[in-house]
Amino acid sequence: MLSDMTFGQYYPSESPVHRMDPRAKLLLLIVYIVAVFLAKNFYGLAVCLIFLLLAIAFSRVPVRSVLKSVKGIVILILFTFVLNVLFYTPKEGDVVLFWRVTVQGLVSASFFALRIIFLVMGSSVLTLTTTPVSLTDGLESLLAPLALIRFPVHDLALIMSIALRMIPTLAEETDRIIRAQKARGADFESGNLVSRAKALVPVLVPLLVSAFRRANELGDAMDARCYAGSSKRTKYKKLKFSYRDLLALLVTGALLAGVILCNVYAYLLPVLY
Amino acid sequence: MNAIEFTNATYRYPGDDAPVLNSLSFSIRQGSFSVVLGRNGSGKSTAAKLINALILPNEGNVVVLGKDTVRAADGDLLFEIRKSAGMVFQNPDNQQIASIVEDDVVFGPENVGMPREEIAERIAFALEATGTEQFRHAQVSRLSGGQKQRVAIAGVLALRPEIVILDESTSMLDPKGRREVLDVIRKLQKEHGITVIDITHYMDEATDADEAFVLRNGELAFAGTPKELFARTDLLRACGLELPRAAELAKKLNENGVPVGDGILTTEELTEKLCELLQTD
Repeated sequence: MLSDMTFGQYYPSESPVHRMDPRAKLLLLIVYIVAVFLAKNFYGLAVCLIFLLLAIAFSRVPVRSVLKSVKGIVILILFTFVLNVLFYTPKEGDVVLFWRVTVQGLVSASFFALRIIFLVMGSSVLTLTTTPVSLTDGLESLLAPLALIRFPVHDLALIMSIALRMIPTLAEETDRIIRAQKARGADFESGNLVSRAKALVPVLVPLLVSAFRRANELGDAMDARCYAGSSKRTKYKKLKFSYRDLLALLVTGALLAGVILCNVYAYLLPVLY
Repeated sequence: MNAIEFTNATYRYPGDDAPVLNSLSFSIRQGSFSVVLGRNGSGKSTAAKLINALILPNEGNVVVLGKDTVRAADGDLLFEIRKSAGMVFQNPDNQQIASIVEDDVVFGPENVGMPREEIAERIAFALEATGTEQFRHAQVSRLSGGQKQRVAIAGVLALRPEIVILDESTSMLDPKGRREVLDVIRKLQKEHGITVIDITHYMDEATDADEAFVLRNGELAFAGTPKELFARTDLLRACGLELPRAAELAKKLNENGVPVGDGILTTEELTEKLCELLQTD
């Protein structure tokens, strides 16, 4: 049950996107998100879509897996859509369909919904093509300059890496505790939300206790292996920023430029709505 | 030369009056394979932690390869000791800090600030010696218990220790996993001359050790060869220990009119003796 859960949704492959430097992918995602938010019209979004489709094509991840990420937030998207339709401020010449719903309102709501969808799909391309471990490495490296202002970058990265390591272990343990409590007659399935939440207490308490015990042992194991903080540590794995990463960043730069051009020269393009 | 020397070492857990280890003195030869036996609470694990300088004795000394742990309370000497006396713990799930085997094995060498080229050599050596090369890029959580413990040994070996301490490292494994771990450990002792200290409550692990130590209530109750130990049934009973399976069977055979003789500890010895008896009949 829970033990099947793997953190993130990594899709193993040897595609060019998989092999990219995680730092480049993180930067690229940031630029992409900025571009999606900068886009003021559908032309801008179309540029983003082209970029997204390119990224998916190069990553060799099935489109289905990317769309799966949207499924998780379908409710959020619908909510945004409905709110945007209802709170759209009608302008002169808008076609009213019924009540306060206008054609223009629907179009603008779709625009916002698409924005969220593109955002989530873009982020999921990153998590699908990058293992949590290399994502952590990438973050550590990108945040490294913050160490100058005494921000504990290395310690944070280590905490993240240990958390990632422990997720499957604790998931397995939760599974075991749930089964043990069920065998003792615990009921997790019936009742309202409150009573079901209460039923989880006998699961969470032993889980917490065991997590502390594990932390203690892990601390000993780290001490025994000469851990002494970040001061004199070396790093075995070096991230390599290749020409491919540079190329990808240039393409992303083009994406940003494209979106800005679409915004600035919107008056030259045929009006869609 | 002795790899480890306990001299009147006493340790109390903070807040406890009664010491867990009471004036313990014994020494372990370099390159030997020793087992430390004793029932729960006898102080076995505490002794292990003293060797690794995870804790320091309240009184007395623990000297590891000529270095006194008390004097190493902080600084470089402490890391020298921890580097040379690697420790593998009981729970296979609570020792790896990284999700991927390779990333975990490099943790030790990274900690001591080793250059990258050297780390690469160390990984190759550690994975080869523990037979875990095929898991190099595997997820730790997907491995079996025995495989996890072998990875833990690899993580320790990457620091090139002269001593490896197993703190009940086989107690949570199935028989197959236990076999895997013990085979690796034996190989390390025989081929690489590493001093092995196996803290265990499986008597079968003690049969082919060079030396056996028994702890009872924080004191040394016995030191000698396994053969000597398992000949002393009264002592075994007093310390809450059992005979190895083959020895137990041999004892029952003796009692029931099959004269296999004394001093049998392993299945191989018993098989041989029984074959002998069958041929003479």
